[in-house]
Amino acid sequence: MSREEVMSREQTQQSNLEAAAGMVSFADYNFPDERGHFGRFGGRFVAETLTHALDDLDRVYRTLKADPAFQRRIDRDLAEFVGRPSPLYLAERMTRELGGAKIYLKREDLNHTGAHKVNNTIGQALLAQHMGKRRIIAETGAGQHGVASATVAARLGMECVVYMGAEDVERQSLNVYRMKLLGARVVPVQSGSRTLKDALNEAMRDWVTNVDDTHYIIGTVAGPHPYPALVRDFQAVIGRETREQCLVAEGRLPDVLVACVGGGSNALGLFHPFIRDAGVRMVGVEAGGDGLATGRHAAPLCAGVPGVLHGNRTYLMEDEDGQIISTHSISAGLDYPGVGPEHAFLKDLGRAEYVAVTDDEALRAFHHLTRTEGIMPALETSHAIAWVMEHAPKMDSEQIIVVNLSGRGDKDILTVARHDGIEL
Amino acid sequence: MSRLTERFAERMAAKSSALVTYLVAGDPTPEVTVPAMHALARAGSDVIELGIPFSDPEAEGADIQAGCERALMHKVRLLDVLDMVVAFRKQDARTAVVLMGYLNSVEAMGQQRFADAAAEAGVDGVILVNLPPEEADELRQALASRGVDLIFLLAPTTTDERAQHILARASGFVYYVSLKGPTGSANLDVEGVRKRLDQLRTMTALPLAVGFGIRDGVTARAVAGFADGVVVGSALVRRMGELAAEPAAIPAAAAAFAAELRAAMDAA
Ligand SMILES: Cc1ncc(COP(=O)(O)O)c(C=O)c1O
Repeated sequence: MSREEVMSREQTQQSNLEAAAGMVSFADYNFPDERGHFGRFGGRFVAETLTHALDDLDRVYRTLKADPAFQRRIDRDLAEFVGRPSPLYLAERMTRELGGAKIYLKREDLNHTGAHKVNNTIGQALLAQHMGKRRIIAETGAGQHGVASATVAARLGMECVVYMGAEDVERQSLNVYRMKLLGARVVPVQSGSRTLKDALNEAMRDWVTNVDDTHYIIGTVAGPHPYPALVRDFQAVIGRETREQCLVAEGRLPDVLVACVGGGSNALGLFHPFIRDAGVRMVGVEAGGDGLATGRHAAPLCAGVPGVLHGNRTYLMEDEDGQIISTHSISAGLDYPGVGPEHAFLKDLGRAEYVAVTDDEALRAFHHLTRTEGIMPALETSHAIAWVMEHAPKMDSEQIIVVNLSGRGDKDILTVARHDGIEL
Repeated sequence: MSRLTERFAERMAAKSSALVTYLVAGDPTPEVTVPAMHALARAGSDVIELGIPFSDPEAEGADIQAGCERALMHKVRLLDVLDMVVAFRKQDARTAVVLMGYLNSVEAMGQQRFADAAAEAGVDGVILVNLPPEEADELRQALASRGVDLIFLLAPTTTDERAQHILARASGFVYYVSLKGPTGSANLDVEGVRKRLDQLRTMTALPLAVGFGIRDGVTARAVAGFADGVVVGSALVRRMGELAAEPAAIPAAAAAFAAELRAAMDAA
């Protein structure tokens, strides 16, 4: 049986299962299963040495998740250290200029350290501390997750090592320096394509070596079970707040949720608390790079195939021999050939839709939001804004869009200037 | 009896251990691989692990990563790797050949198609570093139906309970990873490994091979004292990489290294 046949057979089994469980309404959506499967995606595909650490992490996380004292500690940190709740801001001028749906921005850019990434590192650092680990490692693309990891490590007095592709070290130099100021060691990774995927490989190698005293803070909803579920749960605060805030402001739920998708953590954080509300449309925006037709992009959900990388089965950008192909995006944080397995699952279920936006469209959106609202978005986030610019005008003024403003753009100023031909 | 079983049984009967050598298929050039395999076999390697080059070898240290990158510069595909085994088998029906790599290469080909092609090429076993037994039932059965063993790894962090679960599904031999780290690490704790192997012997009758961290005659000899098989990978791949500019010299260099390991092990 070829892979396609295996997959389509599994898919049929999956839909039978869902039909049997009444899943068509999504009212009973409850994934992953015990072993981390989201339908045919997810799972745990790692070297044997790591299995024990992942079992430990899973067990500790399950216990703490049910522990009110641990939840209170996280809530307090999120309030007092991160500055939550983040506002749900009505972008009035942008709404007026685009002349369609009402646009709200979920202001994750206002979090301490400037992006949604810290919601996850706060939670995982407390887990690490609870497990008696004294050392933290992380991979980073744009540097936001690295900064958020270095920040919580500094606060808890833990050693921190951040792996970063050598190409990203160059294009995100401001964040590299921020991490160093925070006391982290930044290791440039020279192997492979010298970007985020290679940083992940290197972090896995470190973890396999130092697994006794080290916790690996994966920065997105990918990796081996339990990471995709654990990171999602820590990021779901975004969607829970959005839900309440939208009910207060509008007396109803939004019509459309939009977020950019790299590994998929800011998107899933926003989407997850709405999955059971079938009337809420969810749109994930991938990095279209130079355009899907050129092959130079980072859009595995739009143009990839199922495969196994970094511990889970998901959509990947690979060639016919299963080799992972180099990706391209102007935004380092989206420049990744895989995506969290739950997004792969939501795509196949048809519960969320995934589209791609090019580098140029994202840059235009960056300037547009900066000029119309006085808010400078990260280049990653700008991909979601670009989708809104195209689609809001086609919607009517009664409709509500919530965009996850996943991070601020300060880190990208040098990239934007260079692109606009300006020497700083 | 399978070739793997025979090769281990022979050495064990002679109160010695099997020498298992690893090289990346196509490293540093595709032409070198089959002659290097013959050279290793002649120098006393009982089992040859042929690495399937992969773009993201996350469990590999710097030496084998570099070997993968050298092979991928020549766009070596899984089909090419299988062809190398076919070519090797034309002159060698004795040495066991095990393919070692990552699950995605096999999935891209299709599990059943891979099992058929591997069996027809003369492959004896398959090791997929990132395929744990929990996820392996389908491939294990596909391979078993063609007489090919799916070989599992045990690590220092594997609990007894889990070891039992894995050993119940193991065939061919058991690959014990001697240390925490990627391939090529240098912190081998010989005494610790000996103790763990003693325990594992009470749980399985399969041959126990030890790999990771064995890099020269001294370490090979120490491990051969209690293991049924000694796996040497990174140290060989590094030597091959050093000769990348003069590939014609590689088979002889590989043979010399294997002979050195063999001699040290036989003196154990
Ligand atoms: C601001 C911002 N948004 C989005 C992302 C993409 O990650 P994810 O898809 O996990 O949200 C990043 C990653 O670095 C980021 O910094």
